Amino acid sequence: MARDRLDGVRDHYDVIVIGAGLAGMTSANNLAKCGRSVLLLEQHYNFGGMATWFRRKGGHIFDISLHGFPIGMIKSCRKYWTREIADCIVQLKGIVFDNPQFQLKTPFDRADFTRILVERFGIAPETVESFFDTARRMDFYDDQSMTTRELFEKFFPGRSDVVRLLMEPITYANGSTLDDPAITYGIVFSNFMSRGVYIFQGGTDKLIQMMRQEMVRTGVDLRKQVQVERIVVEDGRACGVIANGRRISAGAVLSNANLKTTVEKLVGPEHCPDELLEETRAVRLNNSSCQVYMGIKKGERIDYIGDLLFTSVSDVFDTKAMCARDVTSRTFSMYYPDTRPGSDRYAIVSSTNANWNDWANLSPEDYQRDKAHLIETTLAALEKYVPDIRSKLDHVEASTPVTFHHYTQQMHGSTFGTKFEGLKVSMDLPNHIPGLFHAGSVGIIMSGWLGAINYGVIVANELETYMFEQARTGGHDDTISTTEPMRS
Amino acid sequence: MGQQQVKEIILKIIETIAPDADLSDVKSDVRLRDQLDMDSMDFLDIVMELRKRYKVEVPKEDYMQLETLDSCAAYLAPKFEAVAAS
Repeated sequence: MARDRLDGVRDHYDVIVIGAGLAGMTSANNLAKCGRSVLLLEQHYNFGGMATWFRRKGGHIFDISLHGFPIGMIKSCRKYWTREIADCIVQLKGIVFDNPQFQLKTPFDRADFTRILVERFGIAPETVESFFDTARRMDFYDDQSMTTRELFEKFFPGRSDVVRLLMEPITYANGSTLDDPAITYGIVFSNFMSRGVYIFQGGTDKLIQMMRQEMVRTGVDLRKQVQVERIVVEDGRACGVIANGRRISAGAVLSNANLKTTVEKLVGPEHCPDELLEETRAVRLNNSSCQVYMGIKKGERIDYIGDLLFTSVSDVFDTKAMCARDVTSRTFSMYYPDTRPGSDRYAIVSSTNANWNDWANLSPEDYQRDKAHLIETTLAALEKYVPDIRSKLDHVEASTPVTFHHYTQQMHGSTFGTKFEGLKVSMDLPNHIPGLFHAGSVGIIMSGWLGAINYGVIVANELETYMFEQARTGGHDDTISTTEPMRS
Repeated sequence: MGQQQVKEIILKIIETIAPDADLSDVKSDVRLRDQLDMDSMDFLDIVMELRKRYKVEVPKEDYMQLETLDSCAAYLAPKFEAVAAS
C-alpha cells in the first residue's frame, strides 16, 4: 500500500500553505515564527519549486535556477531565514556578453556598467548617471504606462547595443520584454545593478536542505508528494483544503501555486466572484524556458571562461526572437567545482526562453526530435567557448516548457510566473475571498529568487494582519465584506 | 508609555533588522531611510516586529508614519497605551 503522506496531519491549522517554492517556504517559516500552526503541502518530492536541482548517474548534479541573484538576497536570507544561509552567498564576478554588437566581461555592478557605457559605448556620463538614478527611483506607485522600450528610447535613442547590454540579463532573469512597464525594469534592474550577481555556495540542494531544517526548527508541518485538489471556500471565505482526498481546515490558506491555477482550478469558478474571475483570466502568463544540462566527466576540467555567458548570434536584441524555437540567444551558466566546495565536478547549464505552444502539442516523435535538435545546436554553440566540450561530457539532456510543467505544475510551464497585471490580482485576492492569500512569482518584480522570498514575507504580513483582526473581532469583523456577488 | 520609550523600542527593533547599522547617532527628526540605508522591506519588518512583540498593529495606510523616530513616537505612543489598557 502507498505510504500515507498525510499520516499524523491534524484536522486544523492556523494556516495551510500550498506549494513549497521559495515564496511558500518563506511565508510558512515567517508565520511559524509568529507562533502560527502551519501546514506546508508540496506536490513534488523535493521542496524548492523552481529553486531546484537533480542528480544523474556518474555523480552529476544540475542546478535549475541557481545562477544568479542580486545582493539583496544576503539581507533577506539573514532576516527571514538564517545567518548560516546568508553566509553561503558569494559573488559571481565574471559576467560575459558575446554577440554581434559587442564582446565584454564585467562584474555587473553600477561602477563597471558606467565605465563600459562611457568608455566603450561613448555615452555621456551625465546620461548614464541620470538613467541609473531614474531606474533606481522607480517604484510600484509610479506611472505604469511607459514601457521599457520607451524608457530606453528616452535615454539612449537609437542605441540597440546599449539596450542589449542593459536588457538581455534582465530578460534572462525574469522573462520581461521591452513592452512591459518601465517600472518593472527599473525596480529589477536597480536591484541587480547595485553590486553585482550572486550565487549560493553549496548548491541549491544545500540551500533547500538548510531551509528545511529551519522550518523543522520553527515547527512547520512539512509534507511532500501531497496534491492539493481544492481550496475550500465556505460563505465566501477560504477555510481549508482538500488534499490527497482528505479535508483539512484552516484559519487561512496561502497559495504558492501559479496565480491562475489558484483561482481558476483550486478555488474554481463556482466559488469565485465574477470580477476576480474576469481579472484572473485576463492575466497573461510569463514565458517558459528550455534548458540543456551538460555533465562533465569525472577527472576532466574546464578553464575558467566566466560564470554567466550571455551569448547571441542575433544581429540585434529582440525579446520575441529570444523565445523562438529557432534559438539565437543562449545563456550558459558555468558551474565550476567551487559551486560545491569539496567537489571536483563541472557542469554547464544552457538556458533559453521558450514558448509553451512551440512544445506542448508535438507528437512524441517530433518532441524527441526537437529536443535532440536543441541539444545538438546548444553543443555547437558552446564549442565556441569550450572547443572540446563534446569529448569532455558524459551526460547531456534537455528540458522544455513541457518538462517544467510536469515538475512544477506551473500553467504552461511558466518559469517566471505572470506578467505585471498579475501582481494586482494576487494582492487583491483576500479582498475577493477573505482568508485566501497568494504568494509566488507575479508581476515580474516579484519574480526570481529575491522577489519570491520578499513577496513571501509581504504576504505573510498581510495574512498575520488578517488573523490578528479575526482574533480581535472573534471572526465577525465587518471590515471585510462577505457579501461579494457570487457566481451562480 | 512615553515617546522616549517608543523611540528606544524602535531602535531596538532596527538593531535586530540591521545588525550592522550604526545606531549611536540616529537623529530623531531625519528620515530613517536617509540615515540608515533602510528599504521598504526593512520598514515592513518594523511593522511585523511591533505586532509580534507588542501586539501593536500598523495598518498599511499608516506605514509612512514610521518615517522618522519622532513620527514613530507620536504615532505609536497612543497605540501602545491602547494595547496596555485593553
